[in-house]
Amino acid sequence: MAKVLMKGNEAIGAAAIKAGCKYFFGYPITPQSELPEYMARELPKIGGIFLQAESEIAAINMVYGAAGAGVRVMTSSSSPGISLKQEGISYIAGAELPCLIVNIMRGGPGLGSIQPSQTDYFQATRGGGNGDYRLVVLAPANVQELVDLIIEGFDIADQYRNPVMILGDGMIGQMMEPVEFKEPKQRELPEKDWATTGTGGNRKPNIINSLYLAPEELEEHNVKLQAKYKTIKENEVKVESYNIEDADVVIAAYGTTSRIARTAISQLEKEGYKVGLIRPITLWPYPYSEFDKINPNCKGILTVEMNTGQMIDDVKIAVKGKYSVYFYGRTGGMVPTPNEIIEKVKEVYGGEK
Amino acid sequence: MEERITIAGFGGQGVMAIGQLLTYAGMIEGKHVSWLPSYGPEMRGGTANCSVIVSSEPVGSPVVVNSTTAIVMNKPSLDKFESTVNPEGRLFINSSLIEQKSGREDIEVYYIPANEIADELGNMRVANMVMLGAYLEVTKIVDLESILEGFTKVFGENRAHLIPINKDALERGAETARRQVKAMV
Amino acid sequence: MAVVFQKTRGLTDVSTHYCPGCTHGIIHRLVGEVLEELGVLDNAIGVAPVGCSVLAYKYFNCDMHEAAHGRAPAVATGIKRVRPENFVFTYQGDGDLASIGTAEIVHAAHRGEKISTIFVNNAIYGMTGGQMAPTTLIGQKATTAPLGRSEAHSGKPIKMSELLATIDGAKFVERVTVTTPGHVRKAKKAIKECFKVQIEGKGFGIVEVLSTCPTNWGLTPEEALRWLEDNMIPYYPLGNFRKPEEVE
Repeated sequence: MAKVLMKGNEAIGAAAIKAGCKYFFGYPITPQSELPEYMARELPKIGGIFLQAESEIAAINMVYGAAGAGVRVMTSSSSPGISLKQEGISYIAGAELPCLIVNIMRGGPGLGSIQPSQTDYFQATRGGGNGDYRLVVLAPANVQELVDLIIEGFDIADQYRNPVMILGDGMIGQMMEPVEFKEPKQRELPEKDWATTGTGGNRKPNIINSLYLAPEELEEHNVKLQAKYKTIKENEVKVESYNIEDADVVIAAYGTTSRIARTAISQLEKEGYKVGLIRPITLWPYPYSEFDKINPNCKGILTVEMNTGQMIDDVKIAVKGKYSVYFYGRTGGMVPTPNEIIEKVKEVYGGEK
Repeated sequence: MEERITIAGFGGQGVMAIGQLLTYAGMIEGKHVSWLPSYGPEMRGGTANCSVIVSSEPVGSPVVVNSTTAIVMNKPSLDKFESTVNPEGRLFINSSLIEQKSGREDIEVYYIPANEIADELGNMRVANMVMLGAYLEVTKIVDLESILEGFTKVFGENRAHLIPINKDALERGAETARRQVKAMV
Repeated sequence: MAVVFQKTRGLTDVSTHYCPGCTHGIIHRLVGEVLEELGVLDNAIGVAPVGCSVLAYKYFNCDMHEAAHGRAPAVATGIKRVRPENFVFTYQGDGDLASIGTAEIVHAAHRGEKISTIFVNNAIYGMTGGQMAPTTLIGQKATTAPLGRSEAHSGKPIKMSELLATIDGAKFVERVTVTTPGHVRKAKKAIKECFKVQIEGKGFGIVEVLSTCPTNWGLTPEEALRWLEDNMIPYYPLGNFRKPEEVE
């Protein structure tokens, strides 16, 4: 298929439809409203349903119902709206249902701003709702990768019966880039024999539930969830690295921030600096072991984020105290510039190349 | 080659649209491209702008902070972006709406009376295309044909009948720029 | 031997956890019977709430989905929109439907979702131990209204059926009770009519059932039935508020 130029938010919708998702429940919020608008236009054409819910809370609970009924379903929002969805996300994780949740992050806390940010890293990777659960968190850096991860994300969700979150920011949602819709790698997906479809009188009732009143039963459920998360950690880590075996400084950045880091690195290379990049594509599971490959004489790891330092915790876990970890971030919708990153890298170098 | 372009003007002047056309044309020609709009309340009647990158390499940061070219359609945009053009870069000023001359000595500056030309063509809405035509004439970053090929992709098939007048606007812009290039030489 | 009565196939064989004298059991039975009699049991999907009937998913003999507190109408919307051929119902209490879930019930009704809701109103939070509900009567004591509900402090109890009857999408709204065999028969008839509204694709339907909570009211089961009739019915009048033919 030929390339087409698409806005990130619309590309998400097109990719979801390509992945066989016919159902979308959402609520308007900047900067992701082009996505529900796209779904409102396109889903009826393929016999699907777009429904604008009365709130983000209702939307995620509609997703909960639809996912329980066994269909591919998604919702999207931006930071404050994702906060509202946490209740439903926890239930979906607890009931082990597959679905896709898109967060096109904006500045916070509270109502914050509508400009790009990465301030929901903790919320996405550490929970956000109650209970010991994990989302698979995918962080695309360009519109093509966004499309690829949406399509694969539905498969991951179905394979593990787990909610998957796409963590983008206002920039990737709003920008246009060429995309091509490719077939994802084939996965063996289990049949959804647990779904509420009506018994048809031929089987025992299926029950979608996250309530286990007996402590031993709930513990057993949690043990089972943790075993699943372990399998996901073993199978689903995605990361892109650049020149880390040889680097004097390694930048760790994800999503659109990693692109800015790439521009900074090209510039630094021209000036004779050796700078590597680790770009986690899955934020959970986190690519901790990738950091083991870094040049042992590396002067330090610089984490760059559009927040005040969230992924830096994972970077510190990953380097196990072997390297000094530095941070550069902008917040409030301010986007770091390549020059700012270049200055910070030179600082880490400490004046000598 | 990497062109990093800022296009700015009032909401409704079509700055987003010419940015998309340029991006589409770059894609058609197999170049690496990105288009990033400013968004939010400023879109509602204030100044709007977009960042366009056309490059032979994969695009890193899609945000244009310092541009190789700025196209400004109104005075607030000139005030905001004149200083962000890199030395030896280019600045295209819509002289129909901006009386002020640029103070920059280290860049090429083109004054395009885009609204007057569009008015002569009988459709004020093609002023943006006049600016785009001038820009393409100077930079040759993509072919005019690629722009026209992308036209219905950006505006929809039902706007195909507007291609001739838009083509005229591109050519008139190019002609104006051509005269100024000669004058510079 | 001739069978004169048997348990409906609409309920499982699991013993319920409800307190002695609580009328949830009767209401469950009526819902189960109606599902069976209308022939929709095998394609029914029920949505259970949070509250006393949180374990309803164990008792109804059909596919069930346990919702978050108050969100049952949203969950049911999600199910019905992707499986319009299935019969979808919610079973909710007054804390669930009339307090935390007001947005969800109002908008499900407003959209005319083709789902059916059984709303059990016992004027108290039962599961959590007798706290004040939005439907607790003026002067009625609750653990969070130890001196009795005061209008100045908490407002008057909310009348959900009257409220929902103002919404065009709500095609069937009726309030019933189950304090006597006569009332039980009327309640079953209302539930059946309500479910038919969904089966016929007409829109949203709700039956509010005034119910007892002897445990948290501090009364014997029989006293509780009398208290309901003497105190709740005067404030929450029984009867139909909306039927399909009135709407069109």
